[in-house]
Amino acid sequence: MIHFVLLISRQGKVRLTKWYSPYSQKERTKVIRELSGLILTRGPKLCNFVEWRGLRVVYKRYASLYFCMCIDEDDNELEILEIIHHYVEVLDRYFGSVCELDLIYNFHKAYFILDELLIAGELQEPSKRTVTRLVAAQDSLVETAKEQTSSITNIIAQAAK
Amino acid sequence: MNPFSSGTRLRDMIRAIRACKTAAEERAVVRKECAAIRAPINEDDQDYRHRNLAKLMFIQILGYPTHFGQMECLKLIASAGFPEKRIGYLGLMLLLDERQEVLMLVTNSLKQDLNHSNQYIVGLALCALGNICSAEMARDLSPEVERLLQFRDPNIRKKAALCSIRIIKKVPDLAENFINCAASLLKEKHHGVLITGVQLCADLCKVSSEALEYFRKKCTEGLVRTLRDIVNSPYSPEYDTSGITDPYLHIRLLKLLRILGQGDADASDRMTDILAQVATKTESNKNAGNAILYECVETIMSIEDDGGLRVLAINILGKFLSNRDNNIRYVALNMLMRATTLDAQAVQRHRATILDCVKDSDASIRKRALELLYLLVNENNVKPLIKELIEYLEVSDQEFKGDLTAKICSLVEKFSSEKIWYIDQMLKVLSEAGNFVKDEVWHALIFVISNASDLHGYTVRALYRAFLTSTEQETLVRVAVWCIGEYGDMLVNNVGMLDIEDPITVTECDAVDAVEVAIKRHTSDLTTKAMALIALLKLSSRFPSSSERIKGIIVQNKGNLVLELQQRSIEFNRILQKHQKIRSALVERMPVLDEATFSGRRAGSLPTAISTSSGAPSNLPNGIAKPATAPIPDLLDLSSDDVPAPSSSGGDFPQDLLGVDLSPTLAPSGAGKPPKASTDVLLDLLSIGTYLPVQTGSSAADILSSSQDDKALASLSSLSANATSPVNAAPMMDLLDGHGPGPQKPKENGQAYQSLVAYESSSLRVMFNFSKQPGSPQTTLIQATFTNLSSNVYNDFLFQAAVPKFLQLHLDPASSNTLPASGDGSITQNLKVTNSQHGKKLLVMRVRIAYKTNNKDVLEERQINNFPQNL
Repeated sequence: MIHFVLLISRQGKVRLTKWYSPYSQKERTKVIRELSGLILTRGPKLCNFVEWRGLRVVYKRYASLYFCMCIDEDDNELEILEIIHHYVEVLDRYFGSVCELDLIYNFHKAYFILDELLIAGELQEPSKRTVTRLVAAQDSLVETAKEQTSSITNIIAQAAK
Repeated sequence: MNPFSSGTRLRDMIRAIRACKTAAEERAVVRKECAAIRAPINEDDQDYRHRNLAKLMFIQILGYPTHFGQMECLKLIASAGFPEKRIGYLGLMLLLDERQEVLMLVTNSLKQDLNHSNQYIVGLALCALGNICSAEMARDLSPEVERLLQFRDPNIRKKAALCSIRIIKKVPDLAENFINCAASLLKEKHHGVLITGVQLCADLCKVSSEALEYFRKKCTEGLVRTLRDIVNSPYSPEYDTSGITDPYLHIRLLKLLRILGQGDADASDRMTDILAQVATKTESNKNAGNAILYECVETIMSIEDDGGLRVLAINILGKFLSNRDNNIRYVALNMLMRATTLDAQAVQRHRATILDCVKDSDASIRKRALELLYLLVNENNVKPLIKELIEYLEVSDQEFKGDLTAKICSLVEKFSSEKIWYIDQMLKVLSEAGNFVKDEVWHALIFVISNASDLHGYTVRALYRAFLTSTEQETLVRVAVWCIGEYGDMLVNNVGMLDIEDPITVTECDAVDAVEVAIKRHTSDLTTKAMALIALLKLSSRFPSSSERIKGIIVQNKGNLVLELQQRSIEFNRILQKHQKIRSALVERMPVLDEATFSGRRAGSLPTAISTSSGAPSNLPNGIAKPATAPIPDLLDLSSDDVPAPSSSGGDFPQDLLGVDLSPTLAPSGAGKPPKASTDVLLDLLSIGTYLPVQTGSSAADILSSSQDDKALASLSSLSANATSPVNAAPMMDLLDGHGPGPQKPKENGQAYQSLVAYESSSLRVMFNFSKQPGSPQTTLIQATFTNLSSNVYNDFLFQAAVPKFLQLHLDPASSNTLPASGDGSITQNLKVTNSQHGKKLLVMRVRIAYKTNNKDVLEERQINNFPQNL
C-alpha cells in the first residue's frame, strides 16, 4: 500500500502531497522535511529507494521534480517506479509536455488525475487512455456547468431589462 | 458583494506567493489571503466558495494551517453542482483526515452522493471514502459500496473495489460481506476492475481466513488462467508498458497467487507451471519486466514447492545481483534476505558479490547488503568475513560506520568461542571506530578480558600499542586505561608473553604517561577521565616508584570544574598520602567478573552495591583490607555507568566507591534505607565483631569513634561526605581538611548532635553547635560560630534570628562585633530555643546577618530548615 505521495522540487518546495495513511499536520511537515533531506541529497546514479522509519520511499526525479511514494517493506519497489512513471505519463498527456509550472498553477488538476490513478493507496487504472478520458469527461462537466450558470445569469440579466 | 471576496483569483494568488523572495514575505501574503478567505466564510458567502477553497488547498500544500476551511468543504460537497462537489471532495481529502470529528458530518452527503444518478459524482464520493474514511463511516457506508461493486459502469466498480479495501482494513468484521462480490470481480475483462478486484481479494485474505479458504478453493484455477492469458496476450497498445502487457496486473495476480499458494501444497502445485513460464519468459531488460520477475521470485519462494522452481528463482536473483542497475541490485539483496531462510547454501554462493555490495557507494544498497551479510555469517566463514569488514571499516563513510561497527561487534561477540580472536578483533574495531562502539559492547569486552586470565598480559600490551597509535577513539582509550590500571605490572614486565607477540619494552613511566595522556586529552569525556583517575590510583600501588608522580597528576585534578573528578582526586590524594596501609588492598586487581552478575546487569537488573559487599566481608575475620576488595567492582561501575549527577542525594558517592550505603546516617532526612541496616553494613565493612545498637539518626561518628583505626575511618567517612550540599557536608569536609571543630566526638553524657553549617556564602560561614540541658528536651542550646571567609574585616557585625510561634528564642549577646578576616578568629553567640511542640515539629529559623566591610553595608539572609531531626 502506498502511504503517501509527495512531489518535491529540487529546492525542497512541496508541489503536491497526498496522504493515504493518517498523518497529523505536524507529522506531515516533519515527514516532508526528513524526506527532502534524505532524497534531495542523493547522487544521480544511486538506487531509487530510501529506507525510512521501517518503510521504503521510492523516488524518481523528472526534470526538477522528485516524485516520491512511501510504501511498506514488502511491496514491490520496482512496480512503484512504474506507477510513478505511469502518473508522469498521464500528466504529460493531459498537460501536453508537462512542466513544474503546470503542476503549480493547476495543482488541483494534478490531484484530479492522481485520484483517477490511486485510491486508498492502491492502483486503480493501468490504462493511461482511460484515466485521461475520465478526467477530460469530468472537466467538460465542469465547463458545461459553468456555461449553464453564465447563460442563466444572462437570461436573468435580459429578463431584468 | 463583500469587498474582500472580490479579491485575487487563484492564479494571481499563486503568482503573488511565488514572487515572494523571503519566507517572511510569503507568510505575509498567505496571512492576507487567509484573512480574505475567512471573511466570506464568516458571512457564508457562496459566490467565491470554491475559488477560496482552491486557494486554501494551495496554502495547505505550502504547510500553513487551514483548519478554518474544513466546514467550507462540507458545504461545497452538500451543494448540487458537479464543479462545487469536485472541488469540495478534493478539499475534504486534503484538509481533513480520518481522525477529525468534522469528518462525521460528511457521512450523510457521502451517502447521498453514492446514490447519485451522475456516475462521476458517485466516483467522487467513492474516491473520498476510499482515501479518508474512518471506521464509523466504513460501517455506515459499507452497504452502498457493496452495491456499487455491481454497478454497470466498470469505472465505478473499480473505485468501489478499492474503497472496499479501505473499509475492510478499517473494519475487518465486514470482510465476509465482500467475499462473493470480490470473487465475481476476478472474472472481469476490464483491466481496471480486474486489478482492483485482485487487490481486494488479496486484502480480504489478509483479514479473513474464511476468504482465504474460499478463494483458494474457488479461484486459484481461474487466476492461473487469467495470468496465462495476460502473459500470452498479444500486443495491446492501451496496456502496454515497455513491451509487456499490463505489468500491474501481472504483479497483482502473482501476489494473490502467492497468498493462495502459501501453506497449501495443492494450490501451489496448480500454479507452478505458470510461475515457471513467467520466470523464464519475461523480458528482463526493462524495469517493468524486472518488477514482474521480482514478484514472481517472491511468489516462488513463498509457495510450497519442490526445489526445481527455487533454483530458477535463486538464479534470477543471481542475475539481478550482477546487474549494473542499482535498483535491481537493491531488490536482489532484499529478496536474498528472505531466501536465506529457505536455502542458505544457495545464497552463500553469492557471498563475495554481497560483500562487494557492502562496500557500494550507495547507502541504501550498503545497508541492505550489510544486513544480508550479517545473516550469512556462520562459524566457517566468520573469520575471513570479519577480516574483510574490519578492513572496510577503515575506509567506510562516517555515517555508515555506526551500523557497520554495531554489526561487526555483534558478530564477533556471537562467534567469540576463541577469546584471543575476539579480543584481537575488538581491538581492531576499537582502534578504527571506537567512537561508534556502544557502551555495552566495550563493557562486554572488559568482562571477557577480565575472564581470560592467561591473556591479560597480551591484551594490555596490545591495547597499549593501539593506544599509542590512535588516541582519538574514546572507547579504545577507556578499555586501554582500564587494562593498564589493572594489569600495568604485566605491561611493564612482559608477563604472560605469547609466542605471536613481539616483545615490547614499556617502563613504568611509559605506562603512567599513557594514562596521563588519557586524562589530559581534551576530548576525553568524564567517564574516560574518571577511569583514568582510577587507573592512576591503581598504578600508584603497582609502581611504587612512580607513586609521587602519580600523586602529582591526581593533585592536578583537585581543582577540576567537574565535581566528580574534583572529589575523586581529593579522595585519592588522601588515600595516597595518609593511608598507605590500606592502599594496596584497596586497589587490588579486580576479581574476575562474575558471569551471572554481568549478564544480569546487561539484562538491566543491576544488583545493588550492597549485595556484593555485605555478604563477603562479614565472613572474613579480619581486615579493613580484604573486605575493601569486594566493593571494588563498583569502582568499575562508577566509571562505566553514568556518573551520578551532582544534585543527587546524600550517599551516591560512597555507595559507588565502597559499596556501602552510608546515606541514611549522613542525610537523616533522606528516604534511604533504615539506619539500622546501614550501620550493619558499616560494621561489616569495618569487620568489627561487635554490634553496636545505634539509634536512628545518631551520627556516623558514634560508630566511627569506637573503632580501632580512628584515622582511616574518619577518612572513610569523610569520603562519604557529599560536597554537593555544602550545608550537610561541611563538617565532614572539615574533617578531611584536618581542622574544624570535631563535633563528631560524642559527648560524655546525653546525646550528641551533629553540628550544622547554618549558613555559608563565599564570604561568611555560620556554624551551629547544639546541646541540651539534661531534663529539658524541648530546649536546645545553640552556639553559633561565625567565620569570615573573605580577606576583609567585618565591622558592626549583627546577627538576628526569628522563629515561628511554636518556638521561643532567646538570644545572648555576641562575643564581639568585629569579625577578623580570613577565618582568623570568630565570633560566637549563644541562642536558646524552646520548642513547645517538641517531637511534633522541627526547628526552623530565619536568620539575618548585617555587617560593614570596606565601608559598605552587607545584608545576608537565610532560612534554616535543616536542623538535625533529633533536636
